[in-house]
Amino acid sequence: MSKKRMVNATINGREQTLLCDNRMSLLDALRDAAGLTGTKEGCLTGDCGACSVVMNGKLVDSCLVMAAEAEGAAITTVEGLAIGSDLHALQQAFLAEAALQCGVCTPGFLVASKALLDRNPDPTEHEIRYWLAGNLCRCTGYQKILEAVQSAAAQLRDNPR
Amino acid sequence: MKPLEFSAPATLDEALGLLAGTGDQTGVLAGGTDLIIQHRSGHRDIGHMIDIKKIPELNVLDFDTKTGLRLGAAVACDDLGAFAPAQKHYPGLVEGAELIGSTQIQSRASVGGNVCNGSPAADTICPLIVLEAVCVVRGKDGEREVAAIDFMTGPGQTALQQGELLVEFRIPPPPPRSSDAYLRFIPRNEMDIAVASAAVAITLADDGKTCVSAKIAIGAVGPTPILVEEAAAALEGRELVNAALEAAGKASSAAAKPITDMRGTVEYRVHMAGVLTRRAASMALERIQESD
Repeated sequence: MSKKRMVNATINGREQTLLCDNRMSLLDALRDAAGLTGTKEGCLTGDCGACSVVMNGKLVDSCLVMAAEAEGAAITTVEGLAIGSDLHALQQAFLAEAALQCGVCTPGFLVASKALLDRNPDPTEHEIRYWLAGNLCRCTGYQKILEAVQSAAAQLRDNPR
Repeated sequence: MKPLEFSAPATLDEALGLLAGTGDQTGVLAGGTDLIIQHRSGHRDIGHMIDIKKIPELNVLDFDTKTGLRLGAAVACDDLGAFAPAQKHYPGLVEGAELIGSTQIQSRASVGGNVCNGSPAADTICPLIVLEAVCVVRGKDGEREVAAIDFMTGPGQTALQQGELLVEFRIPPPPPRSSDAYLRFIPRNEMDIAVASAAVAITLADDGKTCVSAKIAIGAVGPTPILVEEAAAALEGRELVNAALEAAGKASSAAAKPITDMRGTVEYRVHMAGVLTRRAASMALERIQESD
């Protein structure tokens, strides 16, 4: 008999109660219990950042958080970036700059980049590269991702949302 | 994967009660950046995971000029890195903590977890050793103190007994004209595990030149970190010019007892233990001179 529990968390501003096996990661809970499949499973070892979410104000790899730890937490996933069909400036910039190819890493990059810009609206190239060093992309070579973050940062400084 | 119990006790006593009752299949969860991977891969057989992050004593982060730094075992590396007194007084410890993993890992990984994981390549253990940190350990029979140099007892092994929990580190206040530094070598800029590492803490005399006290520890070059007394002796009583730094480096190389593995050869690690010792000592010296 596997042991289960109810986990109460505020996900993208909405209070939810999720039935979770104790062995589940937050990543599993988001995808399988909450149905939020924007957060991707990559390496499951905290190396690739595809599962990045913000939990209680901190950027974390959701594969390295137990679902049970999310009790009472506030979580933002990639689904929390857009408002309805109105994409976040970062999402628009990733499209405009073609900062993605296969797209598996993209939700993690978006969430991580938003966490950066929320703290630092005008990061240097160095700061962007270091902040995003825990997000791996095997397609783009990172240059376009860097340019998209810079473009979104400039846009948000002019017109914060 | 077998069924898992999960508890998040709010008090130290509750946690110690759980630890005493759950046996050797207990996994103590701080940031989980090692434990969750070990659990998932089956590398560790865990039947009960105890999340210690809700316990106030394990979240202490406090500095007092008379008593020094208190660092709770569950404090995340990024919180230590953002703590101004730690940056100012223990820059080598902050360097070690901030080298661990990416932004995402920094949000979760703790210094306590880093040393309890027991890796000889852990980035915080050498700084803790040279700062003469005391590891405060609690069990059901009370509290005991373990010097940082005695905490790791072998690869993946620590001085913690069954039912004991690492509560906090107590690090003495820095003497006047002192500083520390930590360096590791990895084949790229970030996100890797040390091939070799060195931490140095030094204190200068009133003249601002002569070294009155030195502590030097090297990591990833033996089954446990090594406190190199010969390297410290090469600096103490001397001005920290090239000859003294070279001698300290040679002593560290002589003390290194590494193995050859995927990260480096014996010869390379022995050499790097010396290079890193020399450079870390120079960094610590510069820090003292800059703060004058």
